[in-house]
Amino acid sequence: MTPALETRGLGKQFGALKVTRDLSLKIEQGARHALIGPNGAGKTTVINLLTGVLKPDSGRILLQGNDITDLPVHVRVLRGLSRTFQINQLYADLTPIETIGLAVAERLGRGGDWWRVMGSRADVNAEIAENLERFHLTDVMNEATATLPYGKQRLLEIAVAIASRPRVLLLDEPAAGVPASQRHDILASVAALPREVTVLLIEHDMDVVFSFADRISVLVNGAMLVEGTPEEVARDPQVKAVYLGEAAHG
Amino acid sequence: MSVQSDVGHFARQHASWHWSEIVFWCLVLACGFVFPSRYLIMTDIARLALFALSLDLILGYAGIVSLGHAAFFGIGAYSAGLLALHGIITEPVLALLAAGLAATLAGFATSFLVIRGVDLTRLMVTLGIALLLEALAERFSNITGGTDGLQGIEIAPLLGLFAFDIFGKTGFFYALATLFVLFLIARRIVHSPFGLSLRAIKNNPLRAGAVGVPVNRRLIAVYTLASFYAGIAGALFTQTTALASLDVFSFERSADLMLVLVIGGTGYLYGGLIGAVVFRLLQEFFSTITPQYWQFWIGLVLVVIVLVGRARLHRWALFVPNLIIRQFAGQRAVVAVPESDA
Repeated sequence: MTPALETRGLGKQFGALKVTRDLSLKIEQGARHALIGPNGAGKTTVINLLTGVLKPDSGRILLQGNDITDLPVHVRVLRGLSRTFQINQLYADLTPIETIGLAVAERLGRGGDWWRVMGSRADVNAEIAENLERFHLTDVMNEATATLPYGKQRLLEIAVAIASRPRVLLLDEPAAGVPASQRHDILASVAALPREVTVLLIEHDMDVVFSFADRISVLVNGAMLVEGTPEEVARDPQVKAVYLGEAAHG
Repeated sequence: MSVQSDVGHFARQHASWHWSEIVFWCLVLACGFVFPSRYLIMTDIARLALFALSLDLILGYAGIVSLGHAAFFGIGAYSAGLLALHGIITEPVLALLAAGLAATLAGFATSFLVIRGVDLTRLMVTLGIALLLEALAERFSNITGGTDGLQGIEIAPLLGLFAFDIFGKTGFFYALATLFVLFLIARRIVHSPFGLSLRAIKNNPLRAGAVGVPVNRRLIAVYTLASFYAGIAGALFTQTTALASLDVFSFERSADLMLVLVIGGTGYLYGGLIGAVVFRLLQEFFSTITPQYWQFWIGLVLVVIVLVGRARLHRWALFVPNLIIRQFAGQRAVVAVPESDA
C-alpha cells in the first residue's frame, strides 16, 4: 500500500549547519507514528519541511504517493496534510466557532465567499458543532480565544487542525505546557482521533510516546538513528546510549 | 440539535442588525434635514467617513497599515475631474464608478508591493507610492493642471435630474447615499467567510496559512477593494467641490485618516464614521475658538485618547445613557461600542 506520507532523501542545511540529513521516512496509512529525538535533533525542521514552511535543499516529499515538495503551505493543507503547533497558534480575537468555521469553510473551498454571511450554511454549522463537541469546547464556543484557559486553547489547537479533515495529521507536542489537571483531556482527545487519520507525533514525553505510538523513528543530529516498534526502540542499545540515557527503563 | 443551532445563532450574531445601528443611520439622515445650512461640512464628513471606511477595511480587518492611502483618493479625484472636464463621462454616478475602477486598478497593481514585508515596510511603501503619484501629477501638468489643479470642472446633474446646487444639498445627499450603499456592501463582506479569513490573517497569518487560507491572495483582494472605496471617496470630493488639485495626494490627507481611525477605533466599521464626525467637529470647534492653534488642541486630544484608552472613554461617554436605559429596561440592556484596537 502507498504510504500516507513519505520522504525520500530529504536534506536541509542552514549555512554550514546540516539540520536534516538524507532523511527517508515512511508513514503507513492509519499509523500512529512518533518522531522522537533529543533537543536540537531537527524535529521541528522536519515538520516545517513537511508542511512547506521551509523548502528542502534536496529530496522529495510524497503525500498519498503524490509529490508535494513544491506546493505552498495552504495547498498542502487542502490536499490533506494538517498540523498543530508546539506553541499555540490561534486567533486571539476570534471565538472557537469562528476559528473552526474558517477551517471548515476553507476546506470546502468557500473561504473566499464574500457575499454569503457566516453561519448561513447548515452543513457548515453542523460540522462546527461536531468539532466543538468532540473537543469539549461547546461551553466556550462564543468566547474570544485569548480569554480561554490554556487547556481549552490546546484543545482548540487540535480541533482546528482536525477541522481541515486531514488524512495526515502532524501533532507537535500536543500536551506541551498543559497543567497536569487538564492533561488527561488532551491525551484522551489525541487517542480518540479517528483511525483513518494517519498521525505523526513529535513528542518529548516518553510516557505519551510509548502509550500512543505503534511505530517510532528516532532522529539524532538530523539523521535517522533507529526506526521500529516501541519495543524494538526501547531495547535498542544505540537509542539507550544516545537518547534515552541509562536512566530510562526498557 | 441544540449545539448546531447555537453555532448558527452565534455565527450570525454579528451580522444581524443591532437597533443602535438603525438609530445611528436615522440620526445621520435626520441631520440632512435639521441642519440645512451646514451641507458643506456634512458632505465633507461623509466623504471623510467613506475614506476612513476604506482604511478600516485594510487596517482594522486585515492589519495592513498605510500612510499613503491618499494615493487612491487622488486617483479617484483626478479621474472624476478629467472625465467631467473632457466630457468623457458626464453622468456623475457613472463617472464615480469609472473613477473608482481607475483607483482599483492602481490598488491591484501596487498591492503586490504592499503585501510583502512587515508593518514598517508597508508604511514606507504606501507613503512612497502616494508621494510618487503626487510628483507625477505635478510633472504632467498638461494633464493635471499642475499646482493650479484642474480648472473649470462642471459636474452635470445627477442622473440627469438633480443639479448640484450652491448650498450643497444635492451634493450632501449624493455623498450620503454613496456612503450608505458602500457601507452596506462592506458590512456584508466583513461578515462573510472572506471577511473572517481577513481577521484570521490579522490575528495569526501562520495559523491562517495552516488551515488553507491563501494569505497573499486574500490580502491582495482586500487591498484592491479598499482602493476602490478610496477612489470613490476621491471622486466624490471632485464632484461635490468641482475641484481637483495636488493636495488630494498629500501626506496630510493620509495622516489625517489615521487620526480619524485613532479617534473612532478600527475593526467594527463604525469607527471610521464616528471618527470622521468627531475629527471634523473638533477641527471646526478648535479653529473657531483659536484659529491659529487648533492643531495644538487636536494633538492634545489625540494624545489623551491614546493614553487614556478608547475603551475607557467609551465607557465614560456611555455612562449616563446606560444609567437611564437601565432604569427602564433592566440591568442587561446597555449600549456598548464593540472594541478592537489597531
